Amino acid sequence: MRERVNKCLTSTVAWIDERFPLTANWKTHLSEYYAPKNFNFWYYFGSLALLVLVIQILTGIFLTMNYKPDAGMAFASVEYIMRDVSWGWLIRYMHSTGASMFFIVVYLHMFRGLLYGSHRNPRELIWLFGVGIFLCLMGEAFFGYLLPWGQMSYWGAQVIINLFNSIPFIGPDISLWIRGDYTIADATLNRFFAFHVIALPLVLLGLVVAHIIALHEVGSNNPDGIEIKKHKDPKTHIPLDGIPFHPYYTVKDIVGVVVFLMVFSCVIFFAPEMGGYFLEANNFIPANPLVTPPHIAPVWYFTPYYSILRAVPPLFNSQFPGVVAMGASVVIFAALPWLDRSPVKSIRYRGGLYKRWLTVFVVSFLVLGYLGTEPTTVWGTFDKHLMLLGGADRATVAARFCTAAYFLFFILMPWYTRIDKTKPVPERVTS
Amino acid sequence: MKKLFLILSLLVPTLVMAGEGGDFPAAPINMSDQASLQRGAKIFVNYCLSCHSASVMRYNRLKDIGLTDEQIKSNLMLAGEKVGDTMTVAMDKSEAKGWFGATPPDLSVIARARGADWLYAYMRGFYRDDTRPTGWNNTVFDKVGMPNVLYELQGEQRLVTAPDESGKPASHLVLDKPGTLSTAEYDMAVADLVNYLVYMGEPARAVRTHMGLYVLIFLAFMFVLALLLKKEFWKDIH
Amino acid sequence: MAKPEVDQSKRRFLVAATAGAGAVGAVAVAVPFVSSMLPSERAKAAGAPVEVDISNCETGVLKTAEWRGKVIWIVKRSKQMLDDLPTLNDKLSDPLLEVDQQPEYCKNATRSIKPEVMVLIGLCTHLGCSPTPKFKSAEGDMGEEWKGGFLCPCHGSKFDLAGRVFKGSPAPINLEVPPHKYLSDNMLLIGVGQDGKEA
Repeated sequence: MRERVNKCLTSTVAWIDERFPLTANWKTHLSEYYAPKNFNFWYYFGSLALLVLVIQILTGIFLTMNYKPDAGMAFASVEYIMRDVSWGWLIRYMHSTGASMFFIVVYLHMFRGLLYGSHRNPRELIWLFGVGIFLCLMGEAFFGYLLPWGQMSYWGAQVIINLFNSIPFIGPDISLWIRGDYTIADATLNRFFAFHVIALPLVLLGLVVAHIIALHEVGSNNPDGIEIKKHKDPKTHIPLDGIPFHPYYTVKDIVGVVVFLMVFSCVIFFAPEMGGYFLEANNFIPANPLVTPPHIAPVWYFTPYYSILRAVPPLFNSQFPGVVAMGASVVIFAALPWLDRSPVKSIRYRGGLYKRWLTVFVVSFLVLGYLGTEPTTVWGTFDKHLMLLGGADRATVAARFCTAAYFLFFILMPWYTRIDKTKPVPERVTS
Repeated sequence: MKKLFLILSLLVPTLVMAGEGGDFPAAPINMSDQASLQRGAKIFVNYCLSCHSASVMRYNRLKDIGLTDEQIKSNLMLAGEKVGDTMTVAMDKSEAKGWFGATPPDLSVIARARGADWLYAYMRGFYRDDTRPTGWNNTVFDKVGMPNVLYELQGEQRLVTAPDESGKPASHLVLDKPGTLSTAEYDMAVADLVNYLVYMGEPARAVRTHMGLYVLIFLAFMFVLALLLKKEFWKDIH
Repeated sequence: MAKPEVDQSKRRFLVAATAGAGAVGAVAVAVPFVSSMLPSERAKAAGAPVEVDISNCETGVLKTAEWRGKVIWIVKRSKQMLDDLPTLNDKLSDPLLEVDQQPEYCKNATRSIKPEVMVLIGLCTHLGCSPTPKFKSAEGDMGEEWKGGFLCPCHGSKFDLAGRVFKGSPAPINLEVPPHKYLSDNMLLIGVGQDGKEA
């Protein structure tokens, strides 16, 4: 019996292989893609990001079956899904939690890059595709957040689109064009729905495919930052420190997936609102163009950039410098492959300067993130009589300091990575 | 490096507590007390539905809190609708705005927007204020357009402003005219109502937490299997 | 360093066990998604049973109602109409009601609970058009033999006053009798039967 089934399968695969590179691709990308054998904890987040993308698309499709992208019906349609659609509440929570998990996973995935030099030659293009994915993800989240049509949805979108007003000369026209109306309205909701459901997901999928193809072209980096292709077996030409992705990393990633699903399930089933960070309380109030909520804050994953926007003081009564700074803070990641002048890739062999600057960067990012969730008055003001700082919001001063640190991490990198004292790099990977 | 990350990740649970509470004492909510939820439903239908709608809540959903269709129809449905209908309101929105200065908001998800503690304090915070058009004001929501609908039960409170121990001006409420319920009984009734509002904000909540346990148990089992599988294959490498 | 022998059977077992558990998980995850496509509470509420007052029904006059988006016909049949019904049996495709197009409590000669009140779903069982009522009249445009019934304008199917299909019609089976019951002598509830069933 097993013989017959095997023969049938083999001949079917052979038939396909004559017409489609199935086995060839299976080998190139899985069973004969040799990845370094020393992947650690930080290497789970790539496959997890792919998993979350699939979850978002699947849950998104089912939400679209019942959601109504109309200003008069959107809010109620979400509650319809939560109450009247069989298991609708579960699909909704998976999608809202998935959005936040996507950013957690992607931030950790990017951090791995900073740790081990995954952006360095010859992986610059993988990194650039990644920056593209990150920008698309931010757009996707922004467009998606308007759809529930709550107070936060409406006013958050209003604030961010109004930022375009500050672009010199063409600003207000651009805002009008984006909105399709004089204020955030039904027209805006409908087009954001189109962007969120089909336009950006298509671009995102394309970029993810490109990201993985570029990776497989040069091969994965590893925690030691050394190139495993330098030492190949003389007969088989397989990297000595490489192991086939399948079955070793498929089996390891399954463990990662299960752990992720446990965390995911804890949130979905026990704390879907996550203290108001994943589902904001104010967003359970239907959008009201006539009533501005006392405190508008973006969703947690945007708060570091929002902090930077607020920290930059206006110039000639224009908020434009803040807008530029906010945009630059994301786009500057693209320059990383060329800013990093260290002879070594991995933090394991770098000197103290990089480690200190990276710590400063991470701490600044987290502080900026926290400050972005609060009004600028959250830490009170400095004593009036202090020189220079007198009367200023403590939070704004801290945000400015952290913004400077954030940018200096990048701007000074060509200098401190060059002079940093590095350790000798091993020839073969360590554990 | 790893230590820093570990410490930071341990702070994550504090986020869960970050959004709760606020400046109000904790409301005595008990989502598993079906008798309380049923009493709360009755108060809601009798006092709130004349001005407020709960337009995404279906009457027949109340089977969640242990009521049959017959009980729902005879005790909670006052205008001859069908038991599958939603809790809509007869009052015209624009007329309401004219009478109260603001349209009474739909209460379907009010508990998710304001929180149980806020609602509990609000429903007990009404006091007589002749400067207001309705004659009522509220310590939680200053200059609110809503009158004290439950005044017959609560009685009438008055706001007293007096300096506290440190000399700062402080105000507190004093019961001028008692209602048909004692303060303790009224607090319990409000607790029932807020309990019901929390339930109505997310009727699937009980199912959600119940299911979560089974899902986690299954995933724990899968984790063990997946780990064994991984270790078995990785014997080749080490 | 000697490599330990690969225990193939243990590997096969673990792969099978994990794959099996994974499959169970996958099916469990699929259930909510597939179920979400079933009629929602809103659809069920809109499709809830409908009350119809038949006190003002005249004999021989068609009354229509709506249930679950389908047209419901109610006709108070006269004694003549009821007497004519058994005489048509040999002209019908399914006079013995072998196909289940009616609830158990309507599997009788008049296909109804009360003999004089006809309750049918007014949709032709061929392709779903709504047939035209053709009660027996002086004009006789249906021919001498016609005792009253319905004619479908789309493809010519004919049904009698108990919704039974005539031989030679494109429609294969009798018109459907919806689940229904009497709340009182004059109040009909369409959508749920005497047996409590909704189908």
